[in-house]
Amino acid sequence: MRKEFLFAGSGGQGVITASIIFAEAAALKAGYHVVQSQSYGPEARGGSSSASVVLNTIEVGYPKVIQPQVMICLTQEAFDKFSSGIRPGGLLLSDPFYVRRLGRLDARVRLLPMYEAVRDRVGLPITFNVCVLGALVGLVDVVRPEHVKAVISDRVPARFLDPNLQAFEIGLELAAGAKPIPRLRSGPPPSPPDPVGASCDQGCVPPARLDESTGSR
Amino acid sequence: MNEKVRFLQGNEACVEGALYAGLRFFAGYPITPSTELAEGLARRLPPIAGRFIQMEDEIGSLCAVLGASLTGLKAMTATSGPGFSLMQEAIGYGVMAEIPCVIVNVQRGGPSTGQPTHVSQGDVQQARWGTHGDHAIVAFTASNVKDVFRMTVEAFNVSESFRTPVILLLDEVVGHMRERLRIPEEGELPVVERLLTQVPQTVDFHPYLPREDGRLPMAHFGGHHRHNVTGLAHNIWGFPADDPASVDRLMHHLVGKIDNRAMEFAHWVDHQADDAEILLISYGASARSALDVVRRFRERGDRVGLLELQTLWPFPAALVRERCAQARRVAVVEMNMGQICREVQRVAQDPDRVYLVNQVDGRLVGPDTINQALRMIQGRGF
Repeated sequence: MRKEFLFAGSGGQGVITASIIFAEAAALKAGYHVVQSQSYGPEARGGSSSASVVLNTIEVGYPKVIQPQVMICLTQEAFDKFSSGIRPGGLLLSDPFYVRRLGRLDARVRLLPMYEAVRDRVGLPITFNVCVLGALVGLVDVVRPEHVKAVISDRVPARFLDPNLQAFEIGLELAAGAKPIPRLRSGPPPSPPDPVGASCDQGCVPPARLDESTGSR
Repeated sequence: MNEKVRFLQGNEACVEGALYAGLRFFAGYPITPSTELAEGLARRLPPIAGRFIQMEDEIGSLCAVLGASLTGLKAMTATSGPGFSLMQEAIGYGVMAEIPCVIVNVQRGGPSTGQPTHVSQGDVQQARWGTHGDHAIVAFTASNVKDVFRMTVEAFNVSESFRTPVILLLDEVVGHMRERLRIPEEGELPVVERLLTQVPQTVDFHPYLPREDGRLPMAHFGGHHRHNVTGLAHNIWGFPADDPASVDRLMHHLVGKIDNRAMEFAHWVDHQADDAEILLISYGASARSALDVVRRFRERGDRVGLLELQTLWPFPAALVRERCAQARRVAVVEMNMGQICREVQRVAQDPDRVYLVNQVDGRLVGPDTINQALRMIQGRGF
């Protein structure tokens, strides 16, 4: 049962740290065989940044992602670069603060307002990555939240622990309330959504934004 | 959390393995993708009264390591391709003067500065023949974090046992990927300590006089036994000697102590290799992709197996010859232009049945590429 996760964003967002915490919890607490690796290269400094986690119930062979079942894209650039590589029907987690143009993906897309939540409720935007981690843990049934929290406690300096744990809880909360964006299959462009009937609560992108995406991939 | 079970990079596991083996001196010049080794040891050595020195370059780094080792410390340096090139002269000195040390080369794309952040296995033959003159060398490799730890300990053990530099050839993928590592308890893995002379202070000590078992006891340089160390051909005192008998004895000793023990140094893992019709031979990160391919073919009932080499030098010729004889076809999977493939072709009874499956574009060779190559080899097309 090989499962691949891709974490992508920009340098400084903490995507690599999030991937390490997730992978460590899966490896040391949940008992999977896990390999974590990350992009190195000129682009890792300041520009785009990505990390991959592969887990399996048997020894992991090829250590990088081939076609991830789960993708976390935290910038428009990362979304544009990687989203087409997601496994059909896979889960794509993103944040409407950063990603506004969605392609017509054959994927379960969850757009959760994680950045605004940590900015407004925790007051520390730097905890964004841990909130993303919370949402991921809430959406995929791989590691238990308390296991991830134990790893966070090990890795985060004591004085930043509380805001990070709060951010993690917010992520879990957002995941619990997340509504799927209708699965968008590639093919002929969908007919324009009906703005009157479309409601957009937390976790869902306004249909108008989907329109902007035409041709963005 | 249990401190002994950790989630570490290959490079970090190498640090842990070196400390487990008793490392007390590191001199180096940080270079991608080996930097985490210097970083980790800069943090870890001072608190245990070890010494970390960042040197002016890789030439100085290995020379400092050799000097430290002579005084009795287990010593190591770490680098990548460009730095490994600079170290070649001192590797020869270590071989000639028989100084134990470990040299880690986390391989990246070459030649020259090449591709600092990309994977390669292009330094395999350089590890064997990079320094001039007839000599033998030991080089180990590993494909996962657990084996990086184990082979690092083994590198120190062999280097101490046989008074020789040992090269640990990692690659960027293995060096940088993180996996679970349980750090063995003290005593769980054997750790070879330096063999020191029992000769009393008042009796002459011959630093280059092998015992009956071929091992050469050492005395701490600067201690009470005065002796000479030189890169020139030397006699049992360590003083320069060019008489044919001394030179002949020295040359045969230097090569024989390693090449005659090829199977003793051989480490490998068989992945369903015993009944394989198609045998893959691989090592380092590429062996992981080869393992996936073995699983894929086995699911369909195809008898494909993998011989994963962990010792590259001295080349385990007897092992490879025997495994190749059992298989109909052999495919060597590596990320260079065929540096181990040529060794396999050299030792296999039928070199025409040995194929190279390689990728040299800076990316890790993947299962699909190997899969495709195997279909070609089987005559089934792309």
